[in-house]
Amino acid sequence: MSQHRVVITGLGVASPLGLGINETFDGLVEKRCGIDRIKAFDPSRFSSQIAGEVKSGEVKDCVPKGYRKAAKVMARDIELAVIAAYHAVKDAGIKTKCLVERGEAETADVDSTRFGANIGAGLICADLNELAGALATAAERPEAPQGRGFSLTKWGSEGMNNLTPLWLLKFLPNMLACHVTIVHDCQAPSNTITCGEASSHLAIGEAFRTVARGAADICICGGAESKVNPMGLLRQSLLDRLAVDSNGRPSEACRPFDAHRKGAVIGEGAGLIILEELQRAKARGARIYAEIVGFGAATNATHWLEPRQDGRPLALAIEKALADAGVAASDVGLINAFGAGTQPHDLAEAAAIRSALGKSGESIPVLATKGALGNSGAGSGAIDLAVMIVAMSRGVIPPSLNTDKIDPACRLNVVRGDPADCRAEIGLSLATALSGGQTAALAIRRYHE
Amino acid sequence: MTRRVVVTGMGWITPLGHDLESSWQRLLRGESGIAKTTIFDAGTFPTQFAAEVKGFDLRSFLGSDYEIHRDVSRQAGFALAAAKIAWTHSGLVPSSPSDRTRIGVYLGGGEGPMDFDNFTAAAVEGWNYADGNLDTRRWADVAYERLKRIVEAEQDPNMAAAHIAQLFGAEGPNFNTLTACAASTQAIGEATNMIRRGDADVMISGGCHSMIHPFGVTGFNRLTALSTRNDTCITASRPFDRTRDGFVLGEGAGMLILEELSHAKARGAKVLAEVKGYGSTADAFRITDIHEHGRGAMAAMRLAMADAGLTIEDIDYISAHGTGTEENDKIETLAIRGVFGERAKKVPVSSVKSMLGHLIAAAGACELITCLLAIRDQVLPPTMNYSNPDPLCDLDYVPNASRKSKVRTCLSNSFGFGGQNDTLVVSAFER
Repeated sequence: MSQHRVVITGLGVASPLGLGINETFDGLVEKRCGIDRIKAFDPSRFSSQIAGEVKSGEVKDCVPKGYRKAAKVMARDIELAVIAAYHAVKDAGIKTKCLVERGEAETADVDSTRFGANIGAGLICADLNELAGALATAAERPEAPQGRGFSLTKWGSEGMNNLTPLWLLKFLPNMLACHVTIVHDCQAPSNTITCGEASSHLAIGEAFRTVARGAADICICGGAESKVNPMGLLRQSLLDRLAVDSNGRPSEACRPFDAHRKGAVIGEGAGLIILEELQRAKARGARIYAEIVGFGAATNATHWLEPRQDGRPLALAIEKALADAGVAASDVGLINAFGAGTQPHDLAEAAAIRSALGKSGESIPVLATKGALGNSGAGSGAIDLAVMIVAMSRGVIPPSLNTDKIDPACRLNVVRGDPADCRAEIGLSLATALSGGQTAALAIRRYHE
Repeated sequence: MTRRVVVTGMGWITPLGHDLESSWQRLLRGESGIAKTTIFDAGTFPTQFAAEVKGFDLRSFLGSDYEIHRDVSRQAGFALAAAKIAWTHSGLVPSSPSDRTRIGVYLGGGEGPMDFDNFTAAAVEGWNYADGNLDTRRWADVAYERLKRIVEAEQDPNMAAAHIAQLFGAEGPNFNTLTACAASTQAIGEATNMIRRGDADVMISGGCHSMIHPFGVTGFNRLTALSTRNDTCITASRPFDRTRDGFVLGEGAGMLILEELSHAKARGAKVLAEVKGYGSTADAFRITDIHEHGRGAMAAMRLAMADAGLTIEDIDYISAHGTGTEENDKIETLAIRGVFGERAKKVPVSSVKSMLGHLIAAAGACELITCLLAIRDQVLPPTMNYSNPDPLCDLDYVPNASRKSKVRTCLSNSFGFGGQNDTLVVSAFER
């Protein structure tokens, strides 16, 4: 079975450090932090009150005029995906239906039937203010200061009518891909992977296979999620994953692989990447960032919430990705770790890197972004990958914010303090679902003819 | 040399039963799994009935493995049980540790139901009636007190796949897709591609879902997608009938063991059928409506047949998405006519949703199992409750009674909200 080569020609990012890949990358190099006290709601009764929030970007600037009203049925996660998709398409220099309808291009230059999508999503929470407002109409004793009760009878007969008819569609996970495929007219294979923090990598890996086997010529892939809502924060808090004593020092809270790391910080963001079959990219004279050459996936088959301290699930994914790429551990010049900043997850990830890459696992430069961005779940992986790709193409590895003293138990060469030079031929980007335990690794090669 | 993908095991938990044969025989008899909703009090909801899985006991399936999985959400429990049936059916025993890294999981698994009573309590207590906004401080106080770590964690849609990996020690690729009503068809199609590509030798693949909970019914009732025939609920699901008024929510799980042919042969496995082709497209049309000419649905069917190396002449039976909504059934019929041309009227088409209801993410996997059983037994399941022909739905829907038929190859459609179209083609196994 002949396989096509697949290259990366566009990067679209909406992160706590800005819109577009350059704002995020430059922010990381300049050691800016996107984490601050939560502004989306009053967090003062939560154990962790900080987050990486995306501060700019509006859907209306990223869709055709006629599509603006659809923003009303978009959960935050969907908005972020739609914003990042626009940036990815612009960055790739392809002309989609969206750009034509926005008056930014004369005619589309993408065959819609060969244009796919594969967008990872999280467990999207319904807009709590909207839902609570509707639920409140079905309280048994609305006037009571507490013990108000909820009447399912009232809800069924009247209360639910306070929700907009399209309410369900605001938070179905496949609505990220749905809106993106409508706006940019992508009719080829489309999928929505929902595997927590591994979603982006699994989606990109699958999209890589789709283009390689010829089922599509071009694919927009990655993921988006916002954990910056009361339910998202509460869920992470109940799982005891968050840094809870750093509310007064948000920019120092998340410390990937640092000896004094205290836990993760929630975030939001989207990363969407344009994968393109090589000949197509060359024919249109596209700027080629890099080639995607390997994908591996595995899982933690011992427990769904507790990471394996031997790192085996992620090590398996790394080994598969390297074998898929046909490269040796010693060829890897840059590792993009997930680096959640929690004690057990960082240890497990470090063990995986050392186990799969042997001695070189301790010396290969490691790129980690969570200190500046927080954990945006399904969005994290693609943002990370985009950052790694730019690091390889610009030859600069941004430092990991707050990784001051590397935990000796981790034994990794995390880039910290100042940016480091990057001469990597092969970069490896890693992800693990904190809940569920799915793992994935993507191998990227500097592009050569 | 293309790696061929065969089915060596199957299992399901449906509103009509907890084992392969009883659900199938009841489907062939045209029985309905639909009744008054008992999972919650739906007495004032527009729709007060559903196709529930009845009397389910996860412990009876998992035995001593039950304790570690006891906190799973409802749909993940169905998934574990269905996977256990399928695994046992396949006779698979991993021969070595390295074998386990070649066994993966690809589900179309739904999210777990919310912790409704505690969630609503926090929402109502936290609501500030005076200013019409949620007081997130008050909400947090109640939510911290009432919402539980494990119940929240188990709601993630990838949890069923994670539990299945643990149960069978499957260390290979582990995916969950949630493309609404198309999810498990998509999962099986993508899992097939993974085996073909060499990313795994065995995939446990299928789907699970339960949206029979107050927010699920609320969501679909607000969309006016559900039937509201509360007085005649047993016959409420009426795919392709002129009087259809929406779908009926079901719940359950369907699981297959997909295996690379030589791997199956080497261990002497019984091969049940072959997965021949898969097609996936997006409508890229509207968030609420299917493309008016069935553009994406037609493309998915054509891609699946091309992938299988087969033509319309080879298709003996179509398992329709057939939800019983006005729009789906009309456009699916149009799409089948568009693809099959003159042959459309000669190919039997049926919808088991008339009996099982709509299992949402799990629907495609369960419907594919009916195709595999149709091939095994040379009999087609009926479309029940069909008595008023709709001029816009003019195919042979196998009305009201199962039918003996020569069945070698089946095509199964699943279409999801948001324009997700997936089609699988399966055939009797031939060397």
